Amino acid sequence: MKLYCLSGHPTLPCNVLKFKSTTIMLDCGLDMTSTLNFLPLPLVQSPRLSNLPGWSLKDGNVFLDKELKECSGHVFVDSVPEFCLPETELIDLSTVDVILISNYHCMMALPYITEHTGFTGTVYATEPTVQIGRLLMEELVNFIERVPKAQSASVWKNKDVQRLLPSPLKDAVEVSTWRRCYSLQEVNSALSKIQLVGYSQKIELFGAVQVTPLSSGYALGSSNWIIQSHYEKVSYVSGSSLLTTHPQPMDQASLKNSDVLVLTGLTQIPTANPDGMVGEFFSSLALTVRNGGNVLVPCYPSGVIYDLLECLYQYIDSAGLSSIPFYFISPVANSSLEFSQIFAEWLCHNKQAKVYLPEPPFPHAELIQTNKLKHYPSIHGDFSNDFRQPCVVFTGHPSLRFGDVVHFMELWGKSSLNTVIFTEPDFSYLEALAPYQPLAMKCIYCPIDTRLNFIQVSKLLKEVQPLHVVCPEQYTQPPPAQAHRMDLMIDCQPPPMSYRRAEVLALPFKRRYEKIEIMPETAVM
Amino acid sequence: MDPECSRLLPALCAALADPGQPVADDTCLEKLLDWFKSVTEAGSSLQLLRDSPCLVELLLQVPQAPGLSPRVLAFALRLAGLLAAQEACFQFLQGELLSGLFGEAGPLGGAAWMAPTVRSGWIQGLRSLAQHPRALPFLAELGALDTVVALQGDSSLFVASAAGQLLAHILGLALGGPAEGPPGPPACDWPASAQAVVGHLEEALSAATAPRATQALHVLTTTFGHCHRPWTQGLWARLSPLVARLLEKDPVPAAHPLVDLLLSVARSPALSSDRGWWEMAARALGSLRPAHAGPLALGLLTLQDCPQALSAQAFAVLLQPLACVLKAAAQAPAPPGWPAGPEGDAAAVATLLSSRSACVGLLCQTLAHLELLQPLPQRPAPWPQAPLLGAVLTVLRFCNGSAVPAPGSDLGGHLCAVLAGCARVQRAALGLLGALYEDAGPPELVTQVFAVLLDYLRSPDSSPTVLKKAFQAALQWLLSAPTPPGGCAPDPPAQPFLGELLPVLQRRLCSPCWEVRDSSLEFLTQLAGHWAGQAGFRHALLASEVPELAWQLLQDPESYVRASAVTAVGQLASRGLHATPAGPECPGGPQKGVLPELLGVLAADPEGFPRRAAMQVFARWLRDGHAEAADAERFVARVLQAAGRDLDWEVRAQGLELGRAFLERALGRPGPPCPDAAAAPEPAAPAAQALRAACRVGLPEFALRALFDCDRPVARAACALLLLLRDQAAPGLSLPEAGPAVAALEAALQRWRAGEQAQPPGPLEPEAVLAVLRSLDLEGLRGALAESSDHVERNPQSLLQDMLATAGLRGDNEADCY
Repeated sequence: MKLYCLSGHPTLPCNVLKFKSTTIMLDCGLDMTSTLNFLPLPLVQSPRLSNLPGWSLKDGNVFLDKELKECSGHVFVDSVPEFCLPETELIDLSTVDVILISNYHCMMALPYITEHTGFTGTVYATEPTVQIGRLLMEELVNFIERVPKAQSASVWKNKDVQRLLPSPLKDAVEVSTWRRCYSLQEVNSALSKIQLVGYSQKIELFGAVQVTPLSSGYALGSSNWIIQSHYEKVSYVSGSSLLTTHPQPMDQASLKNSDVLVLTGLTQIPTANPDGMVGEFFSSLALTVRNGGNVLVPCYPSGVIYDLLECLYQYIDSAGLSSIPFYFISPVANSSLEFSQIFAEWLCHNKQAKVYLPEPPFPHAELIQTNKLKHYPSIHGDFSNDFRQPCVVFTGHPSLRFGDVVHFMELWGKSSLNTVIFTEPDFSYLEALAPYQPLAMKCIYCPIDTRLNFIQVSKLLKEVQPLHVVCPEQYTQPPPAQAHRMDLMIDCQPPPMSYRRAEVLALPFKRRYEKIEIMPETAVM
Repeated sequence: MDPECSRLLPALCAALADPGQPVADDTCLEKLLDWFKSVTEAGSSLQLLRDSPCLVELLLQVPQAPGLSPRVLAFALRLAGLLAAQEACFQFLQGELLSGLFGEAGPLGGAAWMAPTVRSGWIQGLRSLAQHPRALPFLAELGALDTVVALQGDSSLFVASAAGQLLAHILGLALGGPAEGPPGPPACDWPASAQAVVGHLEEALSAATAPRATQALHVLTTTFGHCHRPWTQGLWARLSPLVARLLEKDPVPAAHPLVDLLLSVARSPALSSDRGWWEMAARALGSLRPAHAGPLALGLLTLQDCPQALSAQAFAVLLQPLACVLKAAAQAPAPPGWPAGPEGDAAAVATLLSSRSACVGLLCQTLAHLELLQPLPQRPAPWPQAPLLGAVLTVLRFCNGSAVPAPGSDLGGHLCAVLAGCARVQRAALGLLGALYEDAGPPELVTQVFAVLLDYLRSPDSSPTVLKKAFQAALQWLLSAPTPPGGCAPDPPAQPFLGELLPVLQRRLCSPCWEVRDSSLEFLTQLAGHWAGQAGFRHALLASEVPELAWQLLQDPESYVRASAVTAVGQLASRGLHATPAGPECPGGPQKGVLPELLGVLAADPEGFPRRAAMQVFARWLRDGHAEAADAERFVARVLQAAGRDLDWEVRAQGLELGRAFLERALGRPGPPCPDAAAAPEPAAPAAQALRAACRVGLPEFALRALFDCDRPVARAACALLLLLRDQAAPGLSLPEAGPAVAALEAALQRWRAGEQAQPPGPLEPEAVLAVLRSLDLEGLRGALAESSDHVERNPQSLLQDMLATAGLRGDNEADCY
């Protein structure tokens, strides 16, 4: 049994498990942090961005000034943003039999895999995962395609040139494999290969292996997977949460007695308590708005935003914010808000109960009804007529490199009355803000990551008692910035096996038994 | 005894002895016993029995009545004990009656004994009975001692505890003797009953099982705690070797009651001079596990006469967990001034700290003990203020993840994992940090204190309770910060802290969590109260959004927050620090004054807390001569008008307080602190003016309405105020003739008092007020109001009637409804 590790990002995993002659890909996350090296794509012509000076090597060579621009001491690639794909060379991806998707954030590389590697297998995912994943992909494609950029920079990727560049460009890995965003056609084709599954549904793979999705409690339709034969059991835990938010709670019991537990997708901010961050979010929001400023919340169109809107619903009147307009701007805003209300069976018990009343499970329906929350596909059109300040805007993309958020950063960045509040933990907020410097608006970092923290993992492992734990190498040592925090790593016995990108792991797993059936005729012979 | 009670008692006794009759509840039986107790204390029990032979009948019938309620049985046992407490009565009852109740013939051997109430009644009866030497042979004859010893292990904790106390009582009764003098006869000459009890104790202390040792230790703790007679020295001399043997075991059995016993001995004047005891205490400090050694150490340190060496040892034991924390963070020897503890102890503590629950428990206990010890005059000297501060700061840093463990320290790593985000330890550490403000410390440490407090105040992960503690600690350290003479700002490092505090406060006032908003407002109120005179603070506060946010919180949906906002706005206004009320909700709107806003709260807030807060603010304004109350008459008239209609009795009572403050002000001097205290009469002219002013603001109407308030505290306050008005404001004024208007008013008052008229009296002229005040029997009213509201229902006659009514022996249902 081998595990091929194709991604180095612990929360956007892409691994391939070879188990009993089946080849199973576990998630195909897309690392979008590469886009932080690129200049933002403004929806409206930005003189500031257009006039940024080109960057030249010290030796006077000027051939890079068309590709690289300098902003407040940082260098950015002036090109269409590109993404860091999972490894494609480590294993022949055309041999992959199935792809198991855990949640909608972990399927963003799917079109690259299904459309460009000769993949002929099946993809398994739950319905909300597929539907919301589609929204995320459509939003991404829309954000990038609606700001066409003729230029495609490639000279800087030359290894001899890259090593001369300043950080972080110099340190960027695998730049030659970075790819531009896929098209809508590729998205549709990739999604057509998905077969929908429900929680606890047993799916036979070639009669050799059975795979089962379990609720992971992190997002609508998010799953962990059990991969088992008659005598072996592998659990794949990815993006799970034990907090009470909107999804169905995590199914822990079914993970018991695993021979191997592959553990990925833990919280990216282990020191930040989500409850405290939500409190901080609302304090900052109220303070800004009371002071006459605007609040910008860069976010994905699904996920934590549902919980934030729910908290907002409870808090809006008590904080005296009833007259403040809340805008949600995304090409898929409407679909996202509506989808969330129809996936009742995938929601936590309280929200399921509401459906029988009948009431919408999420209170954002009421916010929309009362005109407190308004949603628009883009800043163009109706929004420009309705726009009123001070206000609160939820919009993407959290990287601040594309999407409507770029416009608001340019619009509000000059005033210290305004605040940008970062809630998505996927991107470093300092790097995200780098091309907007100098910036007068206040920046608040309230990352809300509901995924498992190390204390919860420790309890989980004690509870389910796997024989072996396999995890990304980042989880086996404390974070570099907090090297003394020995509590911020996985602590179990035997110690976990760690993997890194482009590594192949032989799992410590001896298959001792096999179930066979003997035909009576053969037995007679 | 009251003749009516004497008349009712036979019927009640008959009812109680009849198993077929419904029995009054436990509360009634308890009250009945209380009454009998008061009767026997006031006179002879024997006479009581002679006057009421029904009682003897009851006591005789009870053991023989099958199916009697266990409650009645327990009552009879306790009553018998109560009566037999007097020797004469004991002799009267001795014989069949007492033996029948307490001996084998009574409930002891029967099915009723299964009820814990009966066992408890049996013990309490004997406990009451055992007041004279004749009781001891009686107990011996009954063989009661063995039963009592066995009951120490009873499944009911109440019974077990009472049994232990009875044993201690029997021991005290048997050994008796003078309060002072020589230790008494040697142990071998002790009375048989004492010998028997001590024999049981010796056996229990030598037993291998912890529960038996625990029982004996409880008896000894009670004995030494309550009895300081010389014979206790002999008892301790005889039993201390057995106690010392417990300390030699590992782990020490029954450690918790053992600590209680040692401290009880230490506090006994008869025993504390025993040198051997101090040695045992020192041994105990070394033998007990840290969790038990801590309470013993604290107990020793709070003693007035603890020997220096033992005190030092106890302090080192107390500090040991913090020493380990410091070591885990610094890997250095103990800081200067830190008492050294034995290495073995340190290892045990370190082991304990590495387990999560033990670590949290031990640290919380240590921090709480130090917080208790810090203000005591007998605390160890020199007090290691600087190292203690350092240790508390280190604990707080471990709790917020900012502590860096010493390289290679396993304990450091464990502490990081265990303490990160632990609110219990955070609260305990902040509590101690707040208490340590009195002794301050080196400036660099004080800077660190403010830095850590700021971290906690800023951190989004601080729970509301932790935040409240952090606010309290911050306030204490701020208040203790020295201010240069004549200076307008505190010394560093408080000054920069104060500067950074306001943005934090702004954020906290916007918290979605109401507890946080509430504690932030309380903190703001106290901060403004102390620093309002400092120009730097005033400037920073006025430049911030804090006053405006406080104003906005007057509309908070949570009533506690609104109440705190009222107090904060009142405080800020009285110091000239209030906000311009126009906020983003009504930009450019007309500015609203503080007084109308708070009057609006008083008139319209649906909850009582904000309205009470508003009244407190108004009273303070009036006392302090605040600008809003400059036109006192208009101010008080408006407030009383709003408060008079309030449904909350506290608001009405505070209205009377405000009226009192106004009257005293009008009289030109502060009033007597006690409402009932007499004061010298004032000259007529100012008194007349005061009366007229009181009439102009509507104070007499307000007070007269309140005099017949259905809430007694309001009526009492009104009565006191009217007495003040009568005696102070109108002593020299001649009584006007009772005209038709006054007569009409009196009649209206009478009707109103009788509940016939809903409308209170209207505006009154001074003359009418005087006439009414003179005609009212205010002293009589004051006496009536001083009685508790159930004084009628609490008399024994009422109790007996109630019980008879329950038993169905009274035709008319006159049971009190309470």
